[in-house]
Formats: sequence, structure tokens, C-alpha cells
Amino acid sequence: MAFLFIAPWFRPRLPSDRLNTQTSKISCAKSPVVLENPSSIEPEVNHQSGVPRPDAFLLLVEYSEFHPIKRKATMTEKTNVPKIPAVSRRGFLKGIGIGTAATGLAAAVKPIAEAAENDSNVRGPGEVPIVLKINGKNRTLNVEPRVTLLDALRNRLDLTGAKKVCDRGTCGACTVLLDGKPIYSCSMLAVEAEGSAITTIEGIGTPVKMNFVQKSFVHNDAQQCGFCTPGFVMASTVFLEKHPNPTPEEIRFALGGNLCRCGTYAGIQEVATSAMKGGA
Amino acid sequence: MAKAAWPEEGKRRHIGRRIDRIDGAEKVTGAAKYSYDINRPGMLWAQLVTSPHALAEIESIDTSAAKALKGVEAVWTDPDLDKVQYIGQIVAAVAAVTEEIAEEATRLVKVKYNPLKHQVVDSDPALSQGEPSKREQGDVEKAFADPGLVVTAGDYGIPVITHCCLEPHGQVTEIRDGELHVWPSTQNVSRYSDRLGDAVDIPQNKIHVETQYMGGGFGSKFGFDAWGMIGAVLSKQTGKPVKLMLNRATELETAGNRPSAFAKIKVGLQQDGLIAVVDAEIWGSGGGGGYNPPPVPYVFTKVPNTRVIGKGIRTNRGGQRAWRAPNHPQGCFLTMSALEDAAAALNMDALDFFLRNVQLTDRPEVYAEELQIAADLIGYRRKAHLRGDKNAGPVKRGLGISMHTWGGRGHPSECDVTINSDGSVEAKIGSQDLGTGTRTVIDIVVAETLGLPLDAVKVSLGKNAYPASGASGGSTTVGGVSTSARNAATDALNALLAMVGRRIGIDADALEAKDGRIQEISKPDNSLSWRDACALLGPNSITKRGINTPNESEAQGMISSGVGGVQMADVSVDIETGVVSINEVIAVQDCGLIIDLKTAESQVYGALIMGVTFALYEECIYDAITGRMLNADMEFYRLAGLSDIGKLKVHMMTGKGYADRGVIGLGEPPAISPGAAISNAVANAIGVRVPHLPLTPDRVIAALQKGGIA
Repeated sequence: MAFLFIAPWFRPRLPSDRLNTQTSKISCAKSPVVLENPSSIEPEVNHQSGVPRPDAFLLLVEYSEFHPIKRKATMTEKTNVPKIPAVSRRGFLKGIGIGTAATGLAAAVKPIAEAAENDSNVRGPGEVPIVLKINGKNRTLNVEPRVTLLDALRNRLDLTGAKKVCDRGTCGACTVLLDGKPIYSCSMLAVEAEGSAITTIEGIGTPVKMNFVQKSFVHNDAQQCGFCTPGFVMASTVFLEKHPNPTPEEIRFALGGNLCRCGTYAGIQEVATSAMKGGA
Repeated sequence: MAKAAWPEEGKRRHIGRRIDRIDGAEKVTGAAKYSYDINRPGMLWAQLVTSPHALAEIESIDTSAAKALKGVEAVWTDPDLDKVQYIGQIVAAVAAVTEEIAEEATRLVKVKYNPLKHQVVDSDPALSQGEPSKREQGDVEKAFADPGLVVTAGDYGIPVITHCCLEPHGQVTEIRDGELHVWPSTQNVSRYSDRLGDAVDIPQNKIHVETQYMGGGFGSKFGFDAWGMIGAVLSKQTGKPVKLMLNRATELETAGNRPSAFAKIKVGLQQDGLIAVVDAEIWGSGGGGGYNPPPVPYVFTKVPNTRVIGKGIRTNRGGQRAWRAPNHPQGCFLTMSALEDAAAALNMDALDFFLRNVQLTDRPEVYAEELQIAADLIGYRRKAHLRGDKNAGPVKRGLGISMHTWGGRGHPSECDVTINSDGSVEAKIGSQDLGTGTRTVIDIVVAETLGLPLDAVKVSLGKNAYPASGASGGSTTVGGVSTSARNAATDALNALLAMVGRRIGIDADALEAKDGRIQEISKPDNSLSWRDACALLGPNSITKRGINTPNESEAQGMISSGVGGVQMADVSVDIETGVVSINEVIAVQDCGLIIDLKTAESQVYGALIMGVTFALYEECIYDAITGRMLNADMEFYRLAGLSDIGKLKVHMMTGKGYADRGVIGLGEPPAISPGAAISNAVANAIGVRVPHLPLTPDRVIAALQKGGIA
């Protein structure tokens, strides 16, 4: 069974608009998994690590022998109940929770498989046509239901601004907006995003027409290799639109859901601080 | 005639100013295409099958089920591979029409292993193999025999950490019309293709390498690696482009690490604090290869009596690679910790101690000045106390100091600068911009030389078709590319001035390029615009190649090497929870002539943040029994976040005595000291050394239980 690995220094990272997190509910209509309300911002102290791919549900027990299972702390998800009964990997894992271990996994997996068989509204397993509303335009594409929103954007639509880094909802490099709220697109299935308005980094500015946050990122050199930068720009844009005069505390709190390796936080803090001063 | 020598202070238009990086807009809008972002028509996605065992014989590999999966186009295996030596080692690869199918197919590859007894522990010197190495100067035994010395001994350790580049290693490969096109994530565009073509029988003159943007390397991305070869083979097998990027776990397990260093160090100080003798036994590992113990004593190279016994431990773990200042952060942490412990035993203030000993360094004046500046910036004299914060309450505060050094001499580099008849200018160079600002530096140098605004120059880099330039490692890039660009632009300008001079009947030596005009030096009113001057070229253009030959350029004062830096940290430690938090870190850094102050400062800020990360969080944790890396993900291989870094201050040593040394690299030096400075600050706060990095709460509590102020 999966083993627990609890790092004593662990502190959960939360998505960028945690300050305004509304009560959200991931619902999987046909799933027997009862989902916790993830709106609490209390950090969870027990964490397992390593999430299986969404396509790996049926292999979960076996897979977990090798890869410890992670449960994420609070996440912002769309607030509406998805129109399609789909299971995001995060929602799924949130449901199983810690302590359910192997028996819990097996119990959870079986009814989902049954639901898929019995309900014509469940999609897949092959490719299905979907329409995603991205940056104001409807884009039609065929994806297997296991394809994440991030991979749909990057691999099918060549929208490569959102980056794949941790692929596990930790680093924020894949941040896009779903109905105006920042989400980790690696942790949502593309089929789940149907019916929502998706905004990617390509939709908020261009090199010749940058938004105020993008200009400020350039001016404050809040980037080096730049691989985390689109995620930070998305998170910062939403945050600063909602909080035009943030306190340093709010900045640290709100942008704590994104990670950078080159160490560009000093510049990013300047972005937020100069926005506060009306600069940018 | 324009001269290549750097312009004097006061005559610089762009050099040394705070200039925005020129590719910033592309990066902040997602328009920048990284290697991972290259999507080619008809492209396949490749995924790797990697070893779950740290040491095992491979009995058989059955790829039939994987090949039978719909959408799979090719499976790669190595028939000669009969043994795996570490977790994550590549065993097979699958190329399929989608990433999801490729990954599913990797799970269908059945590999039969015969697991063998592995060894992944790197912290026990008894596990070392072979004869220990030995470096000695003076007579250590005799020195310790002096009864007047204050002698201290301690244990120290700095673990294996990994690069954790946000863009993983990998590439897109395409074989078209018999030629190989590769878009790798690399630090080494010009030489990436060396031997790459062997496996697919394509000579180097038919290999095209392009890296416009790459997402971090830090020393781990110089070669094409196994995945580069596999990508080429899969591309040849299928006749289609193939994208092969490592997944996060494989990236962290196998794509490079910084070797560990554990040590027992004995220090002897004279009563006045002068270091008399340092004796170290060091062991550690960077995987299955050899081990070169870090330099101890670091920086204080003139300590008369020193000895280092080095013991390498071979482990069944992924192999080491250069990691931002190879061996320096380890040598720095071991040395500065042991020395500060010795100073504490003498009840000597740490700043006084380091000032007392700058005479034992190669650059006493520089370090002394930097120590004073750092002390002023952090308010050292106001805040400092001897070991152990005696204030009441559970949160203890302390200051720590560290010093470092690095070479940073520019690498061999060639650059072409073209002046077109419409006045437009292009610089072409086979270098790469890792995010350090290389494009911007080249732009600044060429625009400065030609008297033009920055946007008049187009910088083209990232292709092996351009003039060869060195790999971006060892802080060698800025010196290399700025000199080759300066030489090329100077020669191109002189050709233009000669032509203009002939046309208008003025000697070329009497002309200069300034503020977008070509003018007579003695009569600036006698001028014509840059555009009009270039129009005189008619149907021609001017292209000149500039070369950086390091020895010559150093003799000419264009570049130099050898820098010193000082860092100080101010930390708070909660002795009830063991949590260390950073209040402030100060970096004072010498780096010669600065081309772009803004991106130079960014390098130092970034290095400090990387340093806070390895001081407090980073460690590749391996389980001795299973041989697995327990934190091969970004949840538990923790990087510092925005809220973890405290206040940072950067002071660059500029002006006389510094800028006139020529250009010197900056990437590595400021990343060396943070671990030592922060560790010393924690010891100063709680009164006891936490011997091992990272300074996690459990380690802090364990240290406090052995002593200290708690």
C-alpha cells in the first residue's frame, strides 16, 4: 500500500486567489465519492505524495505501490457543478482522503467503473469531441477524457504559454483562468472545462500589447529563464485586479502558489508593490 | 578608428545602466517558444520506461503489448543493456501519437529484473571505496602540537541536491531529407551536436540545433544525453518528429545533482584569532562516479597548515553534474561553519574574526571592503551578539557571515555583426540565453559600440549555424559574448567609417559613431545620420567576425577573472518548533565591468533565493532499503516560495578598481555563500551548530537537544 511520507517542514501551497476563495464543491454526479468542501484554508498536516495520472484510476492500487499518493490542500475549483459528470484527479483524490488506503481506493474505483458502464452520459474511453471556449473563441477538438486541460492546450491547440513543470498541482506554472479564477490546468481534465470560459496567458496580452502586470514584470525584471513566468503573470493579474492595494503580507500569501527556480521573487514582489503605488 | 577597449566611465551610453531584458515581452506573454513548446506537424510524443530498482540485472524486456497498443509507432530498447545501476535509469522508450498513449504504453512494457543488493547511503565514511585522496600543505600534526592554539573539532554535512530545472531535460527531434533537426533544452548550442549523429548515422554538418528559450539548466544541460540519442533513433524509426521530455520524477532522480560533502573538521586558531591550521576528513557522493572533495579551507587559501583527506562513496543513484559553482557551495559551507565555530570557541565576534583573517585570502583588500559594506547594510554592529541570543522568548535571532570566490573568465566565442545599407544591424552568435540576459548583453554591447539605440540592433542566437560560442557554464558567457560582440561591432564600424571617410573626404580616424550619427570627432556638427551613412553602402553590407580568445582578451583588459563576495544573513529561529525564518540576506559582490546592471542584480537576487532554498529545504532523500528517492516530485523536493525569502539586498562593487578589470562572469559566485551564511546565523541565534543542511526543524530541534540556549 501507499506509504505516508510526512515532511516536518512541509507547508502547503495554495493557489493564488486563496484570499477570495469561495466555497466550492467538486461534484461528480455519478460518483459515490463524497467530496469534502475544500474551501477551508486550514492547511492539512498529513500529505501523501505523487498523484497517479487521471487515466490510471483502475491501476491506482498497483501504481501506489511505487508512487506515494498525494492529497492536495485547498484548491480553487470552478464553483459550479460541472455539467459533465467527470472526475478530476484532484477531486477524486480529495474524495478518497487519507487513511482510506488500499481498501478505500478499491471501493472508490469500483463504483466509478460501474457508473461508466451504466450511464450514457459518461464519456470515453476513446476520443470525444469537445468545445472549449478559450480566450473568447470556441475551439473544437477531440480528446480522450483522460487528457488534462493543460495537455489539451499545449499538445492539441499549440497554446504553449502555460507550462508543464510539476504536473501535480504544486508549482503553478500551468495556471490559467477558468471563469476568471486561476486554476492549475494540469489538475483538471479538458472535458471538465467544457462550458467554462478559459483564459490563457495568450489571451491577456501580446508582446506589442502587454497588460499592466506584464509591463511591470518586464520593467522589474521579474523573470529569468521565464518558464514559471506565465503562471506568475496569470496569478498576479487576477490578484492585482482584485486587490489593487495589497499589503506585503497579502502578496506573499496570494502568490505563494507559484514556484520559481531561478529566484525571481524579488522582482515579483516589486511588481505587486509597484502596482500598489499605482506604478506598474 | 574606433577601439575595442571598453569605453571609459562617463562615456558609456548603455553599458552599466539598468536596462530591461530585450526578450522580456515574449516571456511574459507566453509568446516565447521553449524547446518543450515546439510542436511539429505530425509529431509523436515519447515517454520513457525507467528502472524501479537501484541495482538489478535485466533478464528480459517484452515490448509486444506496448507495440500492439493502438497509436504506438515505435518502441526503443537497448539490446546491450543488461544491468541498471540507479532508479530512473532508462530501460526503454515508446513513441506514440499522443502523450497519453505513450505513457500508457510504457506501462505495458514488461521488464523482468533480477534485483541485486544496492547501496544508496552517502553519509557513512565506512562505505567509501578505494584509497582516500590527500591534499596537504605545511605540517598539520606539528601545527596542532602548539599548546598555544585554541583547537575545535566538529561534524558538518551538506546533502545531495538536484537542479530541478523547471523545464525538464529533453528535446524535439526531426529527421527531414536526411538532415537532423533538434530543438533541445541546452546550455550548449554550438557543441550540442558533437557525436549526436552517431546513432543515426548523420554527420555533424547535417545537424541543426536550435534553442531560442530554455527553462533553466544551472549546469545540468551540456550534452545531448541518452534521451537525445533515443529521440533521434525514434525519429529515424518512425520518419516523424518526436518530442521527448523527462517527466518530473526522472528529471529529479537522474538528470544531475550536486554531490554531498560530509566532514570532520579540526581547526586551530591562535589566541588573536588568526587561523593556524585546518584538518578535514571529507566524504560524500555524487552517484556512481568518482568523488573530488571540495576545497577546504575555502577562500582562506593561505592558511599555513592544511590537510584534506577525501573519501568517495559510490552509490546506486543518478549521477552528479555541474551545479552552479561546482564544489564551491560545499567547500564554503564546510569551511565557514568550522571557522565560525572556532571563532565562537574563542569568544570572538565573527566579523572581527573574518576581518582578522582576510590576510589569508587571495584578495584581502576586496574582502575587507566588502565585509565592511555588508556589515553596514545589515546593521551588524548594532545587532551582533556572541553565540546564543540571550533575549527572553522562544524566537532567537542571529547573524551569520560567509565569503566566497569564483573565476568567471569569458569563454572562447565568435560573433558576426552585420551593418546593412538601410542602417539595420544584426548580431549573430551561437550562444544561448538561459535567462541570464545574454541577448540583452549582446544588444547593449553592439548598440554601445555603434552609437545606436538598443532597438536598432537585432540579436540572433541559439543556433549552431551561427558562429560558435562556448557553453553557458562556469559564469563564462558574459565575458565571452560581450568581447566577441564588441570586437565584431568595432571592426564593422571601422569598415563603415573607412567607407564614409572616403566618400566625404575625411580621414576615418577623425570620425566616430555617436547618438545615431557619424560625426567628425573635432567638429561634431559635421555629421550625417547613421541611416544616411549606411545608405552609402549601396547594394553592399558589412559583416565582420569578432573573436574572443581568452588569453588575448585578458591581456587587453577586456575580460578578467577572480572575484570575491561577502554575504550576511539575519535569521530568526523558533526554538519551540525548530522553524528557521530569514529576516534578511545581504550580498556584496565584485564582478568587474557590469554590462546590464538590472539583469546583473537579478542574477545575484536569484542566487540568494536559490541559496535560501538549499540552506533550508533542499535534499534528495533516499530510502536505504528500497533504494528509492522519496521526494522525486515538487511537493516534497521543496523550493522556496515567495514568502520564504525574507528581505534581500544586493550591492554590486562598481567604479574604480572594479569596472576597470573588464567583464567577469556573475552566475555562480553569489550562489555559493548563502548556505554557510544562514547556517552561521542559526548557530549565532541558538548557540549551537546545526551540523547538517538543510536546516529543517527536526535538525534544529535535535541540535538544541544537544546543547545551545534552549
